[in-house]
Amino acid sequence: MLCEFGTKDGRVLAGGQSLVPIMAFRLARPAHLVDINGISELARVSRVDDTLSIGAVVRHAAFHSPTVSGQMGRLLAAVVRHIAHYPIRTRGTFCGSIAHADPASEWCLVAATLSAQMVAASKRGQRVIEADDFFEGIMTTALAEDELLTEVRLPVISDQTRFGFHEFNRRAGDFGIAMALVTYRVADGVIAEPRVGIGGAEAHPRRIPEAENALKGRPLEPKTFQAAAEAAAKAVDPMEDIQADAEYRRDLVHAVTRRALEQSAP
Amino acid sequence: MSAATKGSGMTWVGRSIRRLEDPALVAGQGRFTADLPAAHWVRFVRSTIASGNIKRIGVPPNSNVITAADLASAKSIKPMLHKFNYVPVAQPILAADVVRFVGEVVAAAVAPSQEEAEDLADQVEIEIEPLTAVTDARRALLAGAPIIHPEAPANVIVEGRIKTPDFDATWASAHIRIKFEARSRRQNATPLEARAGHAAYDTATGRVTLTCTTQMPHLTRTAIADVLGMPESDLRVIAPDVGGGFGQKMSLPPEYVILVWLARRLRSSVAWTEDRRENLMAGFHSRDQVIALEGAFDKDAKLTALSADIVANIGAYSCFPTTCGVEPLMAMAELPGPYQVQAYECVSRGVLTHTCPMAPYRGVSRPVITFALERLMDKAAAKFGIDPVEIRRRNLIDRFPYKSATGLTFDEGSYRQTLEMAIEHIDLPAFRARQKQARAEGCHLGIGFSTFSERTGYGSPAFAARGMEITPGWENVEITMDPSGLVEARIGSSPHGQGLRTTLAQIIADEIGVEPRQIRVVHGDTDRAPYGWGTFASRSLVIAGGASLIAARKLRSKLIKIAGHMLEASAADIVLEGGMAKVSGTDRSVPIATMARQAYYQTHRFQGDIDPGLTEIGAYDPAGTFSNACHVAIVRVDIDTGHVAIEKFLAAEDAGRIINPMIADGQVHGGIAQGIGNALLEEIVYSDTGDILTSTLADYLPPTAREIPPIELHHMETYSDASITKAKGVGEGGAIGAPAAVINAINDALAPFNVSIDEIPATPRKIRAALRLAMEKRA
Amino acid sequence: MTDKVDITLNINGRNHAISVEPRRTLVDAIRENCGQTGTHIGCEHGVCGACTIIVNGDPVRSCLMFATQADGVPIRTVEGLAKGDTLHPLQRAFMEHHGLQCGFCTPGFLMLATAVLEREPDITDDELLDVLASNLCRCTGYQNIIKAVRAAAAEMRA
Repeated sequence: MLCEFGTKDGRVLAGGQSLVPIMAFRLARPAHLVDINGISELARVSRVDDTLSIGAVVRHAAFHSPTVSGQMGRLLAAVVRHIAHYPIRTRGTFCGSIAHADPASEWCLVAATLSAQMVAASKRGQRVIEADDFFEGIMTTALAEDELLTEVRLPVISDQTRFGFHEFNRRAGDFGIAMALVTYRVADGVIAEPRVGIGGAEAHPRRIPEAENALKGRPLEPKTFQAAAEAAAKAVDPMEDIQADAEYRRDLVHAVTRRALEQSAP
Repeated sequence: MSAATKGSGMTWVGRSIRRLEDPALVAGQGRFTADLPAAHWVRFVRSTIASGNIKRIGVPPNSNVITAADLASAKSIKPMLHKFNYVPVAQPILAADVVRFVGEVVAAAVAPSQEEAEDLADQVEIEIEPLTAVTDARRALLAGAPIIHPEAPANVIVEGRIKTPDFDATWASAHIRIKFEARSRRQNATPLEARAGHAAYDTATGRVTLTCTTQMPHLTRTAIADVLGMPESDLRVIAPDVGGGFGQKMSLPPEYVILVWLARRLRSSVAWTEDRRENLMAGFHSRDQVIALEGAFDKDAKLTALSADIVANIGAYSCFPTTCGVEPLMAMAELPGPYQVQAYECVSRGVLTHTCPMAPYRGVSRPVITFALERLMDKAAAKFGIDPVEIRRRNLIDRFPYKSATGLTFDEGSYRQTLEMAIEHIDLPAFRARQKQARAEGCHLGIGFSTFSERTGYGSPAFAARGMEITPGWENVEITMDPSGLVEARIGSSPHGQGLRTTLAQIIADEIGVEPRQIRVVHGDTDRAPYGWGTFASRSLVIAGGASLIAARKLRSKLIKIAGHMLEASAADIVLEGGMAKVSGTDRSVPIATMARQAYYQTHRFQGDIDPGLTEIGAYDPAGTFSNACHVAIVRVDIDTGHVAIEKFLAAEDAGRIINPMIADGQVHGGIAQGIGNALLEEIVYSDTGDILTSTLADYLPPTAREIPPIELHHMETYSDASITKAKGVGEGGAIGAPAAVINAINDALAPFNVSIDEIPATPRKIRAALRLAMEKRA
Repeated sequence: MTDKVDITLNINGRNHAISVEPRRTLVDAIRENCGQTGTHIGCEHGVCGACTIIVNGDPVRSCLMFATQADGVPIRTVEGLAKGDTLHPLQRAFMEHHGLQCGFCTPGFLMLATAVLEREPDITDDELLDVLASNLCRCTGYQNIIKAVRAAAAEMRA
């Protein structure tokens, strides 16, 4: 049962873990909040063939234990531990994080790296937006003002796919200052189909082709990982803030990329 | 750790009995200022510009918004210091013509609910013509810098100078000299409970009760009454349960004055709860200092002379009552630390800038000077090629009383012994072996030490030496035993987590033979408690404890006299214990409760030998005493990211007689955690134009449980006559020594890289930048 | 000011019928409308955890929810931890091990620990440390909070 989504003049309220602080600071003053927490159809995680469908009201906590068997479930469970803290994860939602598009959002990194599809619905109908087109800038997405992100579709990685995730932050649970997610298969002793995503370092997370090229067809060894890390550090155009200037962020991108790769091949 | 059995005659001092404060707090029944309902709520309108002329304040019609014009009859906050070239400057209750820091209060919006007050505040328009702001203290000292207060045209508000007679000769004869600059960045004490105030007008009496988050209720009362020109007896100040203070709540904020004024004007109740952003922006800052330090050493690595230039960024106004002189002047007075150095020269200045005013924060300047001095010792150790432990051994004071180069008298302490005790529990050779092995594997471990003194429990003589117009220090304690035999002790100190209701009860219980739970310590309410100075500077257990002991001894004498009458025995034979008065060697006894009843109802029996009632007052005003400790930190530095993890932290401390070990340890734990935050995480950052860039807890980073390692504590107890209870203060030591130990450990870890980290906090970014620079130089 | 709505907050088993603006946060409603001031506010932006309560079995930051979202949903706060005069093992452990000094962060820690230990009684020490790192304390340096929660966890498991 589709509800009427009239979100003009208003914002969607799901987990509220990002929106409510912004409202407390009075940086956002929506005239209306549309609370979607009660819509049970949106609270489901389900696997359809090779796609994991995550509804708008699925909480971060849903991923603490694997939502799907194999490497995919493990990848999501490995990432979710880094999202804020336990009490935030009981309320905050996967899709809310995607729609909010904070540069340091772990799920945005996952979506960008795995080439997720975002499903947006409005009175005008439904459309599917590819990850590459979805993230536009700092907290800016391709969603129109009257669209609700109802679902994110993640391609399920095969059980032969290796992954590694590494995030750098100042304290436990803080926003990541740089993070890396890598996935690849090993075929004939070398890396195949590498994906290297960097988050927290630029306006929005994205795959880094230079780093992926440094991995493709190469053997699994420190030299390869180092090359990919260097390529990633060089390729990014880092944000500057009080946590990090551009030079330091590059250092961090280097470190998190290398560590994510080392993690994938213990 | 549980309570003793009744009547066992066990002493209470020295035992970790559970706190009397706790049952209410764990049940959520604490009474904090923000818990009080009010008819009106205030939202302060604060300047968003660091320096400027107020052109216009636009207030919505028919609304309740107060500006400086409304408070024209109020004085300003103008603390005084009569020495050190102090320039008195006035802080208006509400900014009238100029604003001097982002967050300065310009108006107060009043409404029936907090949300509505915020709505109203949003509608107030403040037009400010911006002027150039200066936020860095050294820039403020340059010719042509913007002037914060015309009375201080060079932006120097206080200046201390000292030079010992032998300095020049000793300096000239140095074997080596080591010079560097230590930088401490701005801190915010960040108590979990931000500030709050609730002022209620009583229509029957015309009095106002101000309930607020203060560490000094009586001073707050006197000060506000002065500023508003109201009779002090018309004001009652109550510090209820206060959620941490650490010094931030011992300075008077204009917000409390406005609340009292509003309550009188509205003849009603009006409340304010500060939100975290306000607190980070305007809730008093601390420790923004640069110390240019140079030490002269003889050929045996003994520190023979010390030269320092200290610049403290004290913000836009001077905090009441200590004045902003407290940081630079304490730094000057105590920089020589626990070492045997007698030749000393120092210039120490408090500099005005367009930033939030500074106020004391746990340790005040001592975390900074300890950090600077301990870096010097480590640099010297490296230069001489000796162990950092050995250089401290050679330099620590060990004969008492010891008079410092600045005239401070150090009473009996255990500086060397706590160093040795710390070493005993760290297998240093094993660590060095592990460190070497780890380095070969690309893992960088380091160990750092700090040895330091903690000046505590000092009374009015010490404050008088500073030239403060208000010289706090003494404490009176009134003890009354009621006709049922239960005891009330009314104190002028104002604890906010230190467990004083328990520790003072332990001291008193031992004297008069009842149990701590039969003793209620009353504090915080100026209508009930005798005039006192509050809780800060690690003073309460020493001074209020001392006064409690003195009062308890008087009460004890009286009870023994009464017992003598009732049991027909001489005072010398009477023992008070387990709730009874007993004649030694006999089975004659009488319950203390019975004696109490007699003291009120049967006074004729004592034939004028004993005054009716059971109230005694104890007064105590000591010169002060020094605790000491040695801190050791073991860290792991990630050279790729600059991240520092603390593997282990150990402290060997001596705070004299420990009244309640569990409570004392808690103080040390908490201080060390704040010290770790100071060393690695916490920094208030301003933009060049004076905007605060760290105004949320996502930017200002107090440590979580993950950042604090298990802390191992070891104890010694050195008794000195400087404290009548033999207890020394223990509240600040953790915060004083920890940053130095952590930074020294980082430098030890990075020794192969030829970097020197001399700034706190040593953030990952700064460490990484230093490493990159060093590696580039090498290349 | 917006029009108020009528809701019922079920706190520790008791219903409170209140009237609040939709923008009123749950923590403000619990404290001011329902008079349960044991839950404290430390930052209002979801970082410090002082406002942690249990909503439907989950530990939740009540400054990040609106009161209207909790209409009719079972809420537990620190005032409901004890059963009459019998304290909860966590409350006893905090007192036994000096896990509190000023007491301001304590209700948040108690409710966080209660929720997590009820959900995962066999939680590992390391995971417990992760959970306790959710909330800030400025007084204790965490040593005794960790000690207290571990002790209570052991007792609750038995």
